Amino acid sequence: MSKDMTIHLKYWKQSGPDVPGHFEEYTLDTVNEHMSFLEMLDVLNEELQLKGKEPVEFDYDCREGICGSCNLVINGQAHGPKAEVACCQLHMRNYKDGDKITIEPPRAAAFPIIKDLVVDRSAFDRIIEVGGYVSVKTGSAQEANALPVEKEKSDEAFEYAACIGCGACVAACPNASASLFTGAKLAHLNKFPQGEVERSNRAVAMVDQMKEEGFGDCSNFAECEAVCPKGISISAIAEMRRDYIKALVN
Amino acid sequence: MPSFIKAINSQVGRKIMTGITGIGLMLFLIGHIVGNLTIFGAPEAFNIYTKTLEDLGPLLYVIEAGLAFFFLYHTILGVSIWWNRRKARPEGYKKYQTKGGPSHQSLASKSMVYTGIIILVFLVIHIWTFKFGDTEMVKLASGEMARDLRALVIEKFTDPLYAFGYTFVLSLLILHLSHGFWSAFTSLSMKSKEASKKVQMGAYGFAIVIMLMFIFIPLYIYFTGGEGSLISY
Ligand code: HEM
Ligand code: SF4
Ligand code: FES
Repeated sequence: MSKDMTIHLKYWKQSGPDVPGHFEEYTLDTVNEHMSFLEMLDVLNEELQLKGKEPVEFDYDCREGICGSCNLVINGQAHGPKAEVACCQLHMRNYKDGDKITIEPPRAAAFPIIKDLVVDRSAFDRIIEVGGYVSVKTGSAQEANALPVEKEKSDEAFEYAACIGCGACVAACPNASASLFTGAKLAHLNKFPQGEVERSNRAVAMVDQMKEEGFGDCSNFAECEAVCPKGISISAIAEMRRDYIKALVN
Repeated sequence: MPSFIKAINSQVGRKIMTGITGIGLMLFLIGHIVGNLTIFGAPEAFNIYTKTLEDLGPLLYVIEAGLAFFFLYHTILGVSIWWNRRKARPEGYKKYQTKGGPSHQSLASKSMVYTGIIILVFLVIHIWTFKFGDTEMVKLASGEMARDLRALVIEKFTDPLYAFGYTFVLSLLILHLSHGFWSAFTSLSMKSKEASKKVQMGAYGFAIVIMLMFIFIPLYIYFTGGEGSLISY
């Protein structure tokens, strides 16, 4: 039997996009080590509501590390202390009785706060819109083996395709740069013969859109790689730089 | 295809130019220290070396202009990348810490702009002191006249303010270079993890060796009063 833990929470409250926010504190006495971090927040919200207080808004969907909706900055680390774990998959056994936990939303001009811990990440969608796709003829599907893909390339593409668009890379970057996300999307698509055709335009358009959206420059801190729940390496950023340079000489 | 101007102002272009100018400045540091070490050579070696440089005439101006351009461009990019953070994240975190592991956040990487600015201020004083400093003319064995920069160097470094001031600023090179060397190759899209590890080791080695060689000169001259066994007359 696991004993209940007491956890002191401090979380960001902000009622809307353009109003100042503030921290609120609450102590939970019934945290179980088997709870996920988000389940712990569910308990918090239940208690708050029972006391007639407003619950804390936070984003989630799958709760199994695949949708990229959850994106909390926990004690100053995007997705919390564990490497390659999204905060929905983080368990309270990583904390001990009496711990203090500060929870903040990802902070970036390009990710305006909607409410409390929920931010608007449509800047990512707009980066995808300008090039994060392949143009194919619709209609009856092509014979699957008509376009051979090298095994190494498809494996590599698969690693970059693991990006769930959570935005932890932006949240953790001291410059709020979106290079890891954009690099992962570019590297993923550019590895395939289907993606090869639009490679140059894609690289230029998506890189330009990052700036347009107000993300910062990359300083090679590599903090993004450390917080990425999918372990995407900064080699994605190298791929992005190479594609951009290739686009210049094409 | 974007225009060249648009490309070097893109987020990728800015980083590549930071890397290229950084590598250019590192090559300059290597050349500079090799030249400086002639102060430990034959009595005339240092003055012959400086005279050779001055005798380059117009070519020297081209080299100096190129260097100034590299310093300026590197500074503008570095400062603007740092400055843009405020725009990209107007409200900071109450609590922030690195997750470690593959992260390259360190004292060195976080202080790039500060070490850089100190180096820049130092550079102005440095050029003022030596390039425009008062020197006697001496006759070389070849019969030609040369500025006695060697005497000026020894005079300045027997002054504790100069000796320790130089040592302090040049010690900062270890910070700027131990991250900068790795970062420059990363900016120029070094991709493999193995290469990255090796380049980071190389960066530590390079930073230590360059720093030690640079601080050795003022410290040696200060502690021997310019008359140590390595300085021959
Ligand atoms: C001999 C002098 C110098 C050398 C050898 C040098 C070398 C380097 C190198 C190799 C890098 C890595 C480039 C990259 O990330 O791609 C770098 C970065 C940087 N340097 Fe310098 N540097 C020098 C002087 C300066 C000066 C005068 C400044 C003035 C502020 C400066 C500010 C910076 C900054 C802020 C960065 C980080 C850029 C970023 O965040 O992406 N450096 N330096
Ligand atoms: S690169 Fe990693 S951290 Fe960034 S959005 Fe994708 S999954 Fe999240
Ligand atoms: S809720 Fe889907 S990844 Fe966390």
